[in-house]
Amino acid sequence: MTFESLTAILAMAFAAYAVRASGLVIGRRLPQSGPVAEWLREVPAAILVAVVAPEIFRGGPAAVLGAAVTTLVMWMSRNLFLAIGAGVLSVLGARHLMAGF
Amino acid sequence: MSDLRPRPRRSVGGGAGISENAIDRRAEFLRGLRVSLPLAAGVAAYGLVFGVLAREAGLSIADVALMSGIVFTGSAQFVALTLWAVTPPVLALAVTTLAVNLRYVLMAAALRDLFHQTPRVKALAAAFLVNDESWALTMGEVARGDASVGFMVGSSLALYVAWLGATVVGRVIGTAIGDPARWGIDFAFTATFLALLVGMVSGKRDILPWAVSAAAAIATSLYLPGKWYILIGGIAGATAGALRRDV
Repeated sequence: MTFESLTAILAMAFAAYAVRASGLVIGRRLPQSGPVAEWLREVPAAILVAVVAPEIFRGGPAAVLGAAVTTLVMWMSRNLFLAIGAGVLSVLGARHLMAGF
Repeated sequence: MSDLRPRPRRSVGGGAGISENAIDRRAEFLRGLRVSLPLAAGVAAYGLVFGVLAREAGLSIADVALMSGIVFTGSAQFVALTLWAVTPPVLALAVTTLAVNLRYVLMAAALRDLFHQTPRVKALAAAFLVNDESWALTMGEVARGDASVGFMVGSSLALYVAWLGATVVGRVIGTAIGDPARWGIDFAFTATFLALLVGMVSGKRDILPWAVSAAAAIATSLYLPGKWYILIGGIAGATAGALRRDV
């Protein structure tokens, strides 16, 4: 390891920790009730939607099928592993089929 | 599997559905660890790929171990490889890491109910471990009224060890298992987030904010690089939701 690469990695580590810690500090200082608190309660689901929507959009028909299967299995079974397994298998199957045409 | 079935809510601790009992802290840590093992396997697959690419980019084994060990953020580390040089651009790498990970400000802020009884120093230590996968799992637990700091730390450590170990192994052996997409591992992450989302459905009132979030995220992903779409979609969706519920 050179001095240059050490410096670069330390700078990255500082930046990565800064965003995480500042989020925590900001979160603790925000009011526990009122509009800001209401807004913060909406964040988790909104972020999960924002993570998956572009993936499904980009992933084409196989991803749409996989998403539908995952949602259905999770809705009915409430079993995370089962839902993920079913989703992945259906995507693999769909990709395989589409590659065959 | 029984780990994921709804269990009676524990009323210990003050937060809404947050358990902070010292007695089950160890059990919660182990539960977080166990629940995260399948995701850890997926993370490891990408860790191997990172190690291989890091070798090509000129990072030493020590570079890879230190970077995964103290930066611990897959998305920024992959981007860093594209900027890496014999004399790495320090400022560009720091700014890129900051920009790629800006979503963590919002995500860590959303964890506040979890940490509200945790001493400041411990919470700041746990902040280092915040990552997409265990954050999502922990938020799924919060939605079910079952979350705890122990769960979040256990889950994060499982992913930390998988990422650190796999990136170093990939750097050393120089070959991965091929493209993780070949095994559907890319979709495993999407499926995880989606399944956790299903657990957060509260009714018709979710439709508007979630549609706003999806539309904003998709539009952003088409025009901005990196992970900006997560931050922008999250802000747009949360704002729509908060406005809607005020009415």
